[in-house]
Amino acid sequence: MTGPLAQGGPGEPVIPDFGEGSDCVVENRLFCPDWVADNWSGVLQPALVEHVKLTVIAVAIGFAISLAAALVTHRLRLAEKPFVVFSAIVYTIPSLALFQLLVPVTGLTVTTVEVALVGYTLLILYRNTLEGLRGVPADVLEAARGMGLTRRQTLWRIELPLAVPAIMAGLRVAVVSTIALATVAALVIPEGLGYPIFLALREAFNTEIIAAGLLAIGLALVADGLLVLAERALTPWARTRRAR
Amino acid sequence: MIVGFDLGVFADALEFVVDERRLILEKTWEHLELSAAAMAIALVVALPLGAWLGHLHRGSVLAVNVANLGRALPSLVIIAVAFVFLGVGFWSVALALVVLAIPPILTNAYVAVDGVEADAVEAARGMGMSRWQIIRRIELPLALPLIFAGIRTAVVFVVATATIAAVAGGGGLGDIIVNQAAYGLEGVVGAAICVSVLALAADGLLGLVQRALTPPGLRASTHAFEPDVGTGVTRR
Repeated sequence: MTGPLAQGGPGEPVIPDFGEGSDCVVENRLFCPDWVADNWSGVLQPALVEHVKLTVIAVAIGFAISLAAALVTHRLRLAEKPFVVFSAIVYTIPSLALFQLLVPVTGLTVTTVEVALVGYTLLILYRNTLEGLRGVPADVLEAARGMGLTRRQTLWRIELPLAVPAIMAGLRVAVVSTIALATVAALVIPEGLGYPIFLALREAFNTEIIAAGLLAIGLALVADGLLVLAERALTPWARTRRAR
Repeated sequence: MIVGFDLGVFADALEFVVDERRLILEKTWEHLELSAAAMAIALVVALPLGAWLGHLHRGSVLAVNVANLGRALPSLVIIAVAFVFLGVGFWSVALALVVLAIPPILTNAYVAVDGVEADAVEAARGMGMSRWQIIRRIELPLALPLIFAGIRTAVVFVVATATIAAVAGGGGLGDIIVNQAAYGLEGVVGAAICVSVLALAADGLLGLVQRALTPPGLRASTHAFEPDVGTGVTRR
């Protein structure tokens, strides 16, 4: 194995280190709250923070690229096919394989992880952004032209705001799936919630697997919820329509 | 921070695949067995359920929530949890893969059948078709592209995730990927290339099956290569 999990060479016996703890930990029962309490600030919290960082950076870069590409292809249809095919192929490459394929190029670094994670967000974000822009009804565009808006004004004031629901739907999928994928990043760098899971798998330590796993799932659900709230805030008109 | 741009590794990796073809074939076979077992179970469970709920136009909450939950469940976590409860082995990993494969299949089957034009169903009923005939001859053919999109998403997902199974002793190409000590970086990269090719091939193969199953009149709308990513946009 490459990367952070490769340590433990010959002469270094692997001793399961469940922490010197309670009976629960020593007996490796299903879930030991005391281990979680003891290791929250040392193990789980840093992993959670790293996980959030990995995700935010990946989605931010992915979004910037996708938005730019969508804006270009919105005007220039020719460019759509190549971008879709490229991002679709990237999307189909298994995450664990992609991380390993990038290692010879960018090494065991955060860069490797981020390049892969960004790659996975492209298809979703690009498709949804473009779909949102294209979904603006023709009569709305007509009205905008009638009001004397320039192309640029139409884009910023009409098309992008109306595309927000589609864009946010894409962001939700991208964020949630990036959080899931980032767990596998631990094969390359000792960061994120995947790292304690991999280590715990090696020692078959139940509590750590379950605690870190629940954190990853919880993080995804919370992020999804926050994005729903953000969408509501960004599209006040949708709310009034719902209320009516 | 770029550490040595060494493309020679890729050449070595291909050499490894050729030299160690027996090992690669054996691991690929394990990989396929695992993926096929998981897909078979997931299909048997999720496809009829999704299509039936879609036919009844009921259970949209279930279908949507299963999809959302499915996306939020990291594959590594599912495999690790299966490992905790079921221990090491083929079926424990296969079951984890089933859990991952069900959401896209179920949700797409539901959305696809639910979204079949009411007029078409109405017309079929007017022609005197029975419920079963409507499902088999109207709804399923019209829903085929979306249903297949879900199956293809699931297959790519399962083939990809079966790699992680090696961490929990599930075998497959992941055995090589997580064991650089034994196979070297060229082995790891070589196996990674094999997994990627396998996933792309599985997706492409299903695309061909989809084409073959689609009635000629509906063929124009199928894409040869475009994985479904669940855009999450509800169309009006």
